[in-house]
Amino acid sequence: MRSPKNSIWNDLDWITIGLYFLLVILGWLNIYSAVFNEEQQHGFHFGTRYGKQLIWIGAAFLIIVIALVVDSKFYSSFAYIIYGLSILLLIAVLIVGTRINGAKSWLVIGSIQFQPAEFTKIATALAMAKYLSHYSLKPEKFKTLLVFFAIIGIPTLFILLQNDTGSALVFFIFILVFYREGMPSVYMLFGLLAVALFVLAMLFENYIIIIILEILALLAFYILYRRQNETLIAALIVGISSVLVWLVITYFMPDASITLLLLLALFFSSLFFVYILFKNKLNGGFIILAVLFSSIFYAYSVDYFFDNVLDGYQQRRIKVLLGIQSDPYGAGYNVNQSMIAIGSGGPIGKGYLLGTQTKFKFVPEQSTDFIFCTVGEEWGFVGSAIVLGLFLALLMRIIIMAERQKSKFSRIYGYCVASILFFHVAINVGMTIGLAPVIGIPLPFFSYGGSSLWGFTFLLFIFVKLDSNRTQLIT
Amino acid sequence: MNPYLSRKYIIGGIFSLIILIYIIRLFFLQIVDQSYKLSASNNVLRYVTQYPSRGLIYDRNGKLMVYNEAAYDILVIPRQVEPFDTNQLAKLLDLTKEQIAQRLKAAKNYSYYKPSVFAKQISARNYAPLQEQLYNFKGFFVQTRTLRKYPEKIGAHVLGYIGEVDDELTKKDPYYNSGDYIGISGVEQSYEKVLRGKKGVEIFMVDVHNRIKGRFKEGKFDTIAIHGENVTLTIDATIQAYGEALMKNKRGSIVAIEPSTGEILTLVSSPGFDPDLLVGRNRTENYDKLKNDSLLPLFDRPLMARYPPGSTFKLVNALIGLQEEIIKPWTVFSCYGGYNIGNFHMGCHNHRSPLDLKHSIQHSCNAYYANVFRSILDAPKYGSVENAYGLWRNSVISFGFGQKLGIDLPHEVNGYIPTLSLYNRIHGNRLKSLNIVSLAIGQGELLMTPLQMANMTAIICNKGYYYVPHVIKSTSETYDTVQKPFLIRKYTNIDSVNFEPVIEGMFLGVNGDDGGTGRIARMPGIEICGKTGTAENPHGDDHSIFIAFAPKDNPKIAIAVYVENAGFGATWAAPIASLMIEKYINDSIARPALEKHILERNLIDAQP
Repeated sequence: MRSPKNSIWNDLDWITIGLYFLLVILGWLNIYSAVFNEEQQHGFHFGTRYGKQLIWIGAAFLIIVIALVVDSKFYSSFAYIIYGLSILLLIAVLIVGTRINGAKSWLVIGSIQFQPAEFTKIATALAMAKYLSHYSLKPEKFKTLLVFFAIIGIPTLFILLQNDTGSALVFFIFILVFYREGMPSVYMLFGLLAVALFVLAMLFENYIIIIILEILALLAFYILYRRQNETLIAALIVGISSVLVWLVITYFMPDASITLLLLLALFFSSLFFVYILFKNKLNGGFIILAVLFSSIFYAYSVDYFFDNVLDGYQQRRIKVLLGIQSDPYGAGYNVNQSMIAIGSGGPIGKGYLLGTQTKFKFVPEQSTDFIFCTVGEEWGFVGSAIVLGLFLALLMRIIIMAERQKSKFSRIYGYCVASILFFHVAINVGMTIGLAPVIGIPLPFFSYGGSSLWGFTFLLFIFVKLDSNRTQLIT
Repeated sequence: MNPYLSRKYIIGGIFSLIILIYIIRLFFLQIVDQSYKLSASNNVLRYVTQYPSRGLIYDRNGKLMVYNEAAYDILVIPRQVEPFDTNQLAKLLDLTKEQIAQRLKAAKNYSYYKPSVFAKQISARNYAPLQEQLYNFKGFFVQTRTLRKYPEKIGAHVLGYIGEVDDELTKKDPYYNSGDYIGISGVEQSYEKVLRGKKGVEIFMVDVHNRIKGRFKEGKFDTIAIHGENVTLTIDATIQAYGEALMKNKRGSIVAIEPSTGEILTLVSSPGFDPDLLVGRNRTENYDKLKNDSLLPLFDRPLMARYPPGSTFKLVNALIGLQEEIIKPWTVFSCYGGYNIGNFHMGCHNHRSPLDLKHSIQHSCNAYYANVFRSILDAPKYGSVENAYGLWRNSVISFGFGQKLGIDLPHEVNGYIPTLSLYNRIHGNRLKSLNIVSLAIGQGELLMTPLQMANMTAIICNKGYYYVPHVIKSTSETYDTVQKPFLIRKYTNIDSVNFEPVIEGMFLGVNGDDGGTGRIARMPGIEICGKTGTAENPHGDDHSIFIAFAPKDNPKIAIAVYVENAGFGATWAAPIASLMIEKYINDSIARPALEKHILERNLIDAQP
């Protein structure tokens, strides 16, 4: 029999821990470089950002110890309570929080600043694991989907109220977790359709989207029933009614919009179509019709949402990302400068501490959100690829660990950890190379900041702890 | 137990796919696409030009003619500007508040991050108080430039001036950047490459706020500015100044050449202007004023004005006649108060008759040269008047007429010697020597520049050859290359022996016992040889011309003087030439009365 103390030591996943420390060390080296200033070499100094980060790394050890010492069952048993507490913290922030960089997301106690949103990620992951691991869970039920959205919706709402859009979006990545646990694929399809429609709605005029959707609906109808004649008739009906409506409308309303014409034509042709469906008892066709109309409605809502809900700067960032707007000194400035910095790194980079773009502050937020620029500029393609490779290795390791859990709770929590880390890496690195919108979320273990380092450390080491009890059933 | 196990591959696949896409993107950003590297160096490197000091200009005796004085441009980087006391800055820079606001706006329009010139050429005196206060004005800083200064206010046309290079040239010549100075006329233009030196550059690394963070690669790629070479001109500042004084309130020019070298001693264009006017902050304003002046002070008369040579041209006809053996020095022609053939009459003034060659020059007999000229054109040995004219014209051209001589100053013009085809057009291919007999006495379609006339005088001194007149004597380093074209003797079609009687005639013209047209130029102790001329001017009074050289043997100076609208050649041009020669050879003036008479005479305001 092994002693319990030895047991946990041996059961810890040292690969994960090794990757964690490697990333943290690389992160600190880059913060040092980003802050490093040749002219003002004060020697080492705890007042500097790299000094503070070192303190936080030290404090992270304490968090690791706490995460590992707490009994695995605690996380499972108290998951909802922790979740509830984190929501309370979010509410507290809204009332007594401090606004830093436009987001009222900080609790300041003495000299310690803390972002409850980081803690909320852990709490939500626990709650999600708890809910999805319930033995009687029926993933295909609509109610499950509703609860799922409730769990992520509540923190999202409060974090949105704090004006911290980036952190709020993180929770939607739990869709991946739900998917792993049996979410019907059709939800995934709808999700992808929604994203695609959003982008299309941004890029094109509404009438083009209506035409695309009509064609898609006809295709779907054809694929579903393999009825050439009916499909052709349906297409003809749409076409002819479009022309008819066009003739009639332009006679009475000379300046009617194309969109209106198309919508009316669609409405009239749908009436004929419904008749055909009834006659041939083709019930699937109704679903296609329903999807078609709701998609059109959605496309309109996207426009409304974009124009009326999103802030100007958010609109600009999305437009710049989609290439609708070019603005190298405005919304696109960060990304442009960031890409210049990374691009100028070349194959092997300019050398550690020798970056010019990041050093001379052409890239804003370089030690926090744009820390990856320092990697790209000073360590080049080789360094960037290695860092991304390390992150991927960590993600894969977590998936492997999750799949070896006996307890469903541990597995789901593992996927939550992987998803959160993935979302941060994908968005953060993506925005520095112009592939993702500029959403201010940190690069795990790299970005300067205590809250995020502690948050990710805690998040990861709870899973390391759960993994050390992987043979047990935790409920 | 777990029906959705295979979904772990999909999730793992999504993770891997995104990371893979990012790595591919990085590959393109960092390895394939080179443009980001360029943008990066544009971002971070600032090239600070080190302006060399422009070469100094000396006269032939080592007297300083042009030097440099420090001036200060105030530059502004709008991004760094903090609220400041507009009134104080306005006072320091001698600007109005509106000008300050306006210039700041212009600078902002140009660039927020790059420096642009806010105030130009603050003098050293104004700079001192400004310097003390400049720390109050964040974003403003100083760049040192040099201004040209002239110890004596002479030689504006020869020296030329410098100004900002125009945008056309900055595109053509990569050496120049917008805002750089370049020689625009005179020596400043023709020896720009010698005088300008070589700009240096210091490469600094700057941060996003354009603050200098250090030298790029410890200054490995910096270059230091190499100051321009000093230039010594052939101009004699003393007689240049004297010539300008003599020509004051007169229109015209003086060109004096050292015949043995082709070195130009004096180039006076009158009215001239103070070279200081085209320096500094008021340059544009002054330039416009000079440009609109009805007396055309910017017009460089010695090189650009074209006049008929008048009677001075008789010398050329005499020389061609001798060379072609149409006449001999002892050939005599009669003058009946002029030249009369049928209805044709060309007047002459009163003198004894008949005259041989040298006395025809002494008395400037029109009839003599009508005979000489017609004898050349109608000589049977040439077969036709056309042939004869072609031969005559070639000989004239061999004196450097009708073409640019190639002086090392810009804007020289050709002058004009009429072509045969012109006369064939006018006279319908039936050219008769009588049709163009006015060429005999330097009238008609002939046009020469004062420089060409001075060169002709130098040719007579040298008995048949000249060096291209030039103003460069030496430079501190590149002497050989710049001097080379001016070391070649250019021969006329006339043998040296034929010059003797002409020189004798010119000597008598000034020193003849029985009078001569140029006797007013006589100067005891100096053997001056000269020839008067009067250029008919269809627009007003005739131009007074005098060409001369001295001493008769081994001449040191050949001179051509033009005084516009001053009538007969002897009246004004001859005494001016004489005084110039006296000043150059004796270095003093023994004829104060004559000098006073000339200095005080105003021939411009006297005109209607």
